[in-house]
Parts: sequence; C-alpha cells; structure tokens
Amino acid sequence: MTSEREQEAQSTAAAAGVSTTERAARRFGSGVRGGSRRALGLVLFLVLFALAWESAKWLGGDPWRLDNIGYYHEPPFHLLQLTDRQLPHLWDIFSAFGEPFQRNAEYSLANYLIDQALYTWSEALIGFALGAVIGIVLASIFVHSGLLERAFVPYVVASQTVPIVALAPLIVTGFGRGLSSVVIIATYLTFFPVTIAVLRGLRSPDPRAVELMRSYAASRWDVYRKVRLPASVPYLFTALKIAAAASLVGTIIGEGPGGVPQGLGRAILTFNQQYITGPEKLWATIIVAAIVGIVFFLLVRLAEVLILRQRGPQPSAG
Amino acid sequence: MTLRRARTWAVRYLPAVFVFAAVIVLWEIVTGGGGRRVIPPPSAILNAGLDNFEILRRSAQATAFEALGGLAIGSVGGILVAFATARWVTARDVLLPVAIATSAVPIIAVAPILNNWFGVLNPLSKMMMAALLVFFPVMINVTRGLVEVQPAALELMRSYAAGETAVLRKVRIPNTLPFLFTALKVGATLSFIGALVGEYFGGTSEVIGRIVIQSMSSGRYSLAWAGILVGALAAIAAYIAITLVERLAIPWHAALRTE
Amino acid sequence: MKTADRPAVHLVGVEMVFGRGTETTRAVADINLSIAPGEFVSLIGPSGCGKSTLLRIVGDLIAPTSGLVEVNGKPAHQARVGREYGMVFQAPVLFDWRTVDANVRLPLELMGMERRRRERRVKEMLDLVELGGFSRHYPYQLSGGMQQRVAIARALALEPTLLLMDEPFGALDEMTRERLNAEVLRIWEQTGTTVIFVTHSIPEAVFLSTRVVVMSPRPGSITNIVEIDLAQPRNDQTRETERYFELVTEVRESLRGRHGGGASSEDRLRAEGSVG
Repeated sequence: MTSEREQEAQSTAAAAGVSTTERAARRFGSGVRGGSRRALGLVLFLVLFALAWESAKWLGGDPWRLDNIGYYHEPPFHLLQLTDRQLPHLWDIFSAFGEPFQRNAEYSLANYLIDQALYTWSEALIGFALGAVIGIVLASIFVHSGLLERAFVPYVVASQTVPIVALAPLIVTGFGRGLSSVVIIATYLTFFPVTIAVLRGLRSPDPRAVELMRSYAASRWDVYRKVRLPASVPYLFTALKIAAAASLVGTIIGEGPGGVPQGLGRAILTFNQQYITGPEKLWATIIVAAIVGIVFFLLVRLAEVLILRQRGPQPSAG
Repeated sequence: MTLRRARTWAVRYLPAVFVFAAVIVLWEIVTGGGGRRVIPPPSAILNAGLDNFEILRRSAQATAFEALGGLAIGSVGGILVAFATARWVTARDVLLPVAIATSAVPIIAVAPILNNWFGVLNPLSKMMMAALLVFFPVMINVTRGLVEVQPAALELMRSYAAGETAVLRKVRIPNTLPFLFTALKVGATLSFIGALVGEYFGGTSEVIGRIVIQSMSSGRYSLAWAGILVGALAAIAAYIAITLVERLAIPWHAALRTE
Repeated sequence: MKTADRPAVHLVGVEMVFGRGTETTRAVADINLSIAPGEFVSLIGPSGCGKSTLLRIVGDLIAPTSGLVEVNGKPAHQARVGREYGMVFQAPVLFDWRTVDANVRLPLELMGMERRRRERRVKEMLDLVELGGFSRHYPYQLSGGMQQRVAIARALALEPTLLLMDEPFGALDEMTRERLNAEVLRIWEQTGTTVIFVTHSIPEAVFLSTRVVVMSPRPGSITNIVEIDLAQPRNDQTRETERYFELVTEVRESLRGRHGGGASSEDRLRAEGSVG
C-alpha cells in the first residue's frame, strides 16, 4: 500500500530516520498548527525526560545531599547506572557549563565546547556543501548517460548498506589528521544520499511534460534546466536533511577515534578519559553535539521552506 | 544462453563490473609503489586479511553478535512503542517530534556513556548503542504501517461490523510488514555502525572495531583496512539475509516492487 | 411488480448535513424511497449529488442527520451488525497480502464460520464470478476487472439479501465494463439479491436496473424515477433496441432537469406505492 518509490526512498540508511519521520509528521498534522503542536510535544517530552531522569536517581541513585537547600535523601534502591558518576544530576551538568573546562583553564566549559562545536560544524559544513554539489553534478550526468549510470550507481546504492562511517578514522589517519581528511569524510557521506535522491528527482517529472518540451524542439539542456532541475529540488532537500546528520556524525567519528586534536570528537574522547573525575563534562559535550545537530537540521529545513515556499503545498518527495 | 540475452546481460552489468576492476587496478597502481602508506594497495589489504584470517573471523563474529543483538533489542523496543504510538494520539504527538529530533542528532556520541554504564568490555554496551540507533526507524515505520491503512479498507471492515481487534489483526498488522522490513534493512546497517563505533571507544580486543583502532595506532594500516572490509561484508550479509527473509515473508510485496 | 410484506430498503425523509456551525454542507435532502426485495435500483446523478453518501447511509457507514432508514424492516445499524448486506466500492479494496480466496474468505472469518463450510462457500463464490482457477493468485497478478469480480465474490460471500455497489466499474474501460455489467446481471438473476447500484453512466444504469433513481445536484434529492421495462434476461441485443434508447433519453432528460426539480407528489406516490 506504499508506492514503490517510497519504499526505495526508505531504503537509504538514514532516510528511514528523517524522511520517514518527516512524512509521518506531515500526515499527522502539518502547517503552522502542526508545527507548534510538534514543538509543544518536544518540550513536553524534554520535561518528562528530565523528570524521569531525576526520579530514577531519587529511587535508585546515590544519596542526595543538597546542602544549599538542606535537602537530604537516601534512595530505597541502588542501581549502578544511576550513581552520580554514571548519571550526574541535571543541575550538576548544567552548572558544569559555567566552570572552567580544565583545572586552571581560563575558558569555561561552555566557551570551550562552543569553540569545538564550531570547529566540528565547519568541517561538516564544508564537506556537506561539497558533497551536495558533487551529488547534484553526478546525478545530472547519470540522468543523461545510461552507461555511466549503470557503471556507477550500483555502487552508490550498495554503499548505503555499508557502515561507511566506520571508515572515518582510517581516512583521517590515512590523509593526515587535519581539516581536509575530515572534510573528505563529510563529503563522502553527503554525496551518496544526495546523488540517489537527486537522480530520482531529475527523473520524477511526468514523461509527458518532457514530451511536451520536445514537441517545442527544446534541447536536452532546456529540458534539464526548466523541467528536471526544478522537479529535483524537493528530493534534494530530503537528502540534505539526512546528509546534515550524516556529515556531522562522520566528522565527529573521524575526529575522535581518528585522533584529530580539535573538535567535538576530541572533546568526547578527552572527557571520556576524565570520566572518573568529571562525568558532567562528557554529558555536557553530548548535549552540545545534539544542539549542533538540531540547529544544522533546522537551518536546512529553513532553506527548504524558503526555497519551496512559492510552490504551494507539495506532495512529499522521495 | 542466447546471444541476445547475453548481450542484454552484458549491457546491464558489465559497466559496473568494469568500474570495479578499474578501481582496484588503479588503486593498486597508485599506492603500490613503496613509501606512501596513505592507503594501502588492495594486494596488501588482501594479504593482511589472509594472514590474520582466524582473528578476523572471530572478531567479525563478535561484532556481528553485538550488532544483531542490538538490532533485535532495538526492533522489539521500537515495535512495542509503535503499538502504543499507534493507539494513543497523545503518545504520537510527543514521540514523533522526538523521533525527528533524534534523527538529526548524532546519537552515536553517547557511545562512551554506554560503555561506562554497561562495562566497556561487555558486549551489551555495544548492543545498546546499536539498539539505540535501530529503535527510531523501527518505531516510526511500524507506527506508519499500523496507522496508514487505506480508508476504504477500514470502511470495508466497518461494513462487516468488525471490532477494533479484528481490524488490528487482519488489516493493520499485515499492512505493517513491508514497513517493518524496510526498517530492519536500514537497521542492519545502523546496528553495525553502532557496534563498530562503540568498539572504537573501547572494547575487548577481539572485535573488529578494536582491531581497526589497534592496527591503526601500530601503523598496520593494511590490517585496519582488512578489518573494515570484513565488518562491511558482515553488514552486507546481514542486509542480504533480511532481504531474503522479506522475500519469503511478503512475496506479494516484493513482486510489486519489480517493475 | 413483486409483492412483498416489507420493502428491502425503506427511506423516509432522509437528510444529511456535513459540517458544523457556519460551514455546513447539505449533501442529501428529503429522500423518500422504497425498494422491494429483488429489485435492481440504480442511483444516478451529477458529481457531488450525494448518491455515494446515500448509499453509505443505507449501509450504516454514515448516520443521517435526520430521517428513517430501514433495511429488511429493521434499522440500518442492526442490519450492518447483522451483516445483512455486502458492499462493493469503486476500488476493489482487496488486501494485497491475501490470496484471492483468502480475500473472499474475509467476511466469513469475521463471522466465525467453520473452516470446511468456509472453503466450500469461497469456492462457490469464485465459481459464481467465474474466477475459480485464480484462487491462489495475489491481487497484484489480476487485472482491474478481475479484482472487481473478486470484490463482488467477497461481497456475496455471506449471501446477503442486499448488495450495495458504489460505481464499481468506474475505473474500468468501456468494454470491460459492459462485460461486467452482463456478469452482474447474471449473478443478480442467480442469487435474487436486491441491488442498489450507484453510477455515473446512463447506459449502465438503464441496462442493469429495474428502476433508475435520478438525483439532483447538491443538495441531492430525487428528481425522477424511471421504470425500466426492458425484457429480462438482458443482453447485448438489448443495448440495440429502440426502447433502450428511449429509456436512456428519458434518464438523460431527467438529469438535465427537464423533469422538474425535486420529487413531485406524483413521483413520491410512485416511489412509495411501488412496494406493492
């Protein structure tokens, strides 16, 4: 009962995460009202999550000693995962943002993490942009050359089943631990979904629309510019939302296990090593990484809304 | 095989085969000359793989165990929550935005935390990472399968005065199967990513992730690449296995797909 | 005209209003109609005239805003719960994951019919629509026309006294449609079921029915009822008789409103008096 096209779209690794959820969200309530309902749902979830977090610690964590308000509590149970070291109190995590990120350091954790976040994000962004361009170019070539498509697209599709992200550290050590290697990873992770999605988008116009153009003696370039390219834009954005997350993940994995001296990946490794003394910092880093991901996603979404706004309500693409 | 059929086959598959061969050959040539250890030549990778066959095989098994265990946990969790989401709209309103948010977030960043929680040497920590990645695609897809039923089918069931349980059993659940398999195929890849990256942040020595990291840090790049190759093959094998099960379980759908 | 104790379907003052407050749509207005058992009645009218809505009201899939709806002498709701009618939609609505015989089996499973009886009934129905050899096929392997025949077999599986059909052949080409028309008539003769048939096609309505109910544009009401006195059994030759063309013309003119809008008292008498 789903179209073949939708099924194929979902077979892209992260596609099941983003485009499926997007489509599901659209069906379950779209537009401004749906958007604010969804935002409310998210806020509600965060509140519930925070409550669950602290409730779990209240029931099975370490003893609570809040000297500043004179509250003491001995939880009835004790679970290893809920100790203050494994699951710090939320307020400890948030207060850690204000403290120096290292002993005797000048910068606060917040400053440090923002720097690392921007560094990581810039790498991801460059790779993302490059990958998008390459993907569009390749898809445009493939749509016009059956031979090249048959030669290369099987590998593009097959690569979706391979855990490419796992290659990240190898690429980094292979090409040097600098900006360029990590950018390579992000580019790589972006151009796969973009190529497939844009190829589908370029093919999506009604064959009769193409026939119409031909009847006006339009060249293939005209057909490409006026019919195919505009049709591919919604598909492009679907892939870009996936690619945003993928390039970010690839960058972080490349940095961390790959040994890059800067960035969120590095921060995760460092604070993981310091877990015994300061678990809050690792959690803080994860929160920052999550925020970067969400902001990145929202920016792509914003671009999508602005560019596609003039078209009016669209059926979901890919 | 007739000449014509051979020609059609060649036209379809040869270009890809040619590309594969060309890449291997070029790769070998570019990296073969000594000195550059940037990326080892295919021959070196193959050798490293064969020399360390036993340990790679054991490690692949261990990693696959973590990945597939995580796939199972994540899928079961996703399915259970999906039933709740399909049933109660408020649950949907809360969990759907969460699912969208998590798809944008690098969840993989919690791998070190999971290692700490469940023990870095315990395969469970890698399983939980895999499960976490698999959970959301499965939940979303199963919810869609349960909820997105043709309205006409629901009307039909109403005309038979069928109760909600009957609708669930005879319409919604069968409708969900194609969605579930899609999610499982995606999940197969994600679960290996989760297991491998979890291993990158720490684990026992006989898992693919650790082999990669350790051979990297000791300069044995050929072995590292061989490890990745084996890991990739395991992921592809899992994907193919699921595709085969799909073909058996929902033959009508697969046939719909071959146009 | 058949004599019966009670009408198969009896509608009095049926009205359907959708929406609330300021945004209401009156889909169907003041419908009065009685259908005798064994009749074949077509509902025809322009798009949006509410004929599908009316059909669903008879089937208790929608509750009317006001009015009386009786099927076999009881409220429509009871008839639905009692599974006394079968419905065929414009799309076959077969379950992709079930074979042809599993699809026909569906209402029997819901009713809890015991397995051997079920299998026999399914075979009977498939033979009736002449698809006996396709029982193990999946819907995707059948043409549109064949899928609709399966849908008809399924609708008849419980041997209902009433069959509701909502433009079942609308999506098919003309030739398949004509062939299926003949099939439906054959099945109707064999089973003696009362049929309410919604259609867009004047020739189809005239060919199939004993009476054609012409509806007005929204809000739908009965403009005219045309008695079809063509001889039974009908076949391709019937389509070429002069009387056939006369009746088609009469229905067409009623649709164009040349018979006056709204059911006249004469029409209403005819409608209610046609039970006897």
